[in-house]
Amino acid sequence: MGGNLQANMLEAVSMILFGIGFGNLLLQNNLIKKIIGLNIMDSAVYLFLAEKGYIRGRIAPIVVNGVQSVQAYINPIPSGLVLTGIVVSVSVSALMLSLTIRLYRRYHTLDLDRISMMMKREE
Amino acid sequence: MDFVQNIPFCSILLTLFSGTICSMLSKRAAKWVNTAVIIITGVMSVILLQYLLSTGESFVYWMGHFPAPWGNEIRAGILEAAMALFFCIIMLLSMWGGRKKLDEEVEESKHNLYYILVNLLLSSLLALIYTNDLFTAYVFVEINTIAACGLIMIRQIGRTLAAAVRYMIMSLVGSGLLLIGLCMLYDLTGHLLMSNIRIEVAVIMADGTYAIPLVITVALMVVGLAIKSALFPFHAWLPDAYGYSTISSAAILSSLASKGYIFLLIKIIYRVIGFEVFNSTHIINVLFVFGLMAMIFGSLSAIKESGIRRMIAFSSVAQVGYIYMGIGLGTRTGMIASVYHIFAHAAGKALLFISVIGLTDVSGFSRRFVDQTGAGYRNKIAGIGFTVGSLSMVGVPVFAGFISKILFAQAAVKNTGKLMPTMIVLAISTILNAIYFMKTVIRIYTPCPDCPYEGIAMKKEKLYAVSIILFVALNIALGMSSQPVVDAIASGLDMFG
Repeated sequence: MGGNLQANMLEAVSMILFGIGFGNLLLQNNLIKKIIGLNIMDSAVYLFLAEKGYIRGRIAPIVVNGVQSVQAYINPIPSGLVLTGIVVSVSVSALMLSLTIRLYRRYHTLDLDRISMMMKREE
Repeated sequence: MDFVQNIPFCSILLTLFSGTICSMLSKRAAKWVNTAVIIITGVMSVILLQYLLSTGESFVYWMGHFPAPWGNEIRAGILEAAMALFFCIIMLLSMWGGRKKLDEEVEESKHNLYYILVNLLLSSLLALIYTNDLFTAYVFVEINTIAACGLIMIRQIGRTLAAAVRYMIMSLVGSGLLLIGLCMLYDLTGHLLMSNIRIEVAVIMADGTYAIPLVITVALMVVGLAIKSALFPFHAWLPDAYGYSTISSAAILSSLASKGYIFLLIKIIYRVIGFEVFNSTHIINVLFVFGLMAMIFGSLSAIKESGIRRMIAFSSVAQVGYIYMGIGLGTRTGMIASVYHIFAHAAGKALLFISVIGLTDVSGFSRRFVDQTGAGYRNKIAGIGFTVGSLSMVGVPVFAGFISKILFAQAAVKNTGKLMPTMIVLAISTILNAIYFMKTVIRIYTPCPDCPYEGIAMKKEKLYAVSIILFVALNIALGMSSQPVVDAIASGLDMFG
């Protein structure tokens, strides 16, 4: 158990981070904190992927001085997935932030529960 | 390679780029581009479906001429082509039915933006249908979410903004779980293409070493997709999102956006995990139980609701429950029933949303239930549409909903352990459906001589009337000639395996 944990330290860390982000996204009332939770969650996934693609002692698969043997490079696919994931998460965060601005201008609060209460009172 | 095999790729690309082009066009031009693109995609899907029915085999299309396991792939079978065709039909009719309302409710300058979102949503749905690569599926799941969020908030009132935020939060929770699930699956199997993963999953299950991590991975992905498609405990965002957005959005979201995720889930069950492996886990029982709960609690919430549009929105929760119950039965017939119900519910629910707006418009724009008295006489075509939609949802013969109920019942008989709960809940849910739908139908056909509202002549709303008539025809066609559809679904599901 202890040995396993030490060997998979970064995976464990990324899972804990994922949990923290997930909890924040789900449970926080403040919209900005929710978005921060979302970003922690996504970053945890990227950490997990990057760790999975990395092979100790090898270099990034960028060709310098001709192609070396396959054994010289790390697995490039997870890095590619991380890049794609970052693009997705940036656009989603931007959309969430713009929605938050809209809501704040209208209700002058970032608390989702208070917004719902004010909405009921409007009717 | 036959030329027809380019169709899946071309239809995704066409819808994607036409969305971008719409941003530069005027409102009128964007409208025509949107309609044309949906029709062209639909026609292409018909050609593809005919080709697949004649060959009887699915095909894989390499993106960029790299073979598996390196390249990205698109795969098309009968079920995929039928689903794409059906989605195009529903989307076109929903856009026609909501066109007038769109002009009233959305700012003039934002109209072409609306058509961008619709095209993007269609393109992401097509990609979810056709893709053979899990990470591509994830990316298009997010595009679908963003487009759906835009469709909700294009009508800018407080309710829709808050609903859009809630929708985004729940969707992001769901896609986060899906993302971590598929990253772990990649870690376990070393592949991203569905067919390659399935071979590795079979090896892992036979070997037994990583059985528990595999089950957890599958559970993460299934729960993620269930959250995104508004399965029962995760439906809090749904009533406001469907109840206050502009009517085309409500129809499209309820009948298409959430179904795209369910279709992806079915694909994952068949093509990634394998039907037998999935059946041997307990996840299927969890889906079954939540499906049953959704059927009851969704209908109960609908009965308690005093607004007519929110009532229909809650009915969607119950109908999604039916689909998950069918998946949870764990038999081939159950899956066929679920896929059929995707069709039946999409046709019925879009019709209900489109016709309900006609009813509220002749009742002083009130959403309240009591104000709808006699609305069926004031707007005749909307009244007929609502009645047909209600009868279909309740499960009266002739209409599509009846066939799906009978398929669910037949599927339950084959699974002895789940027979009793399915039958009991199916009966209770049908009664509850009947209570709130028939209550409304009786209400709109109760004469109301003192009502101050005026009726509307159908000559003024030709497009709206046409869309309702076509929807009614679609519901009856699905109900009357269900056998070809069921056969196509069955052979499509067999192609998955």
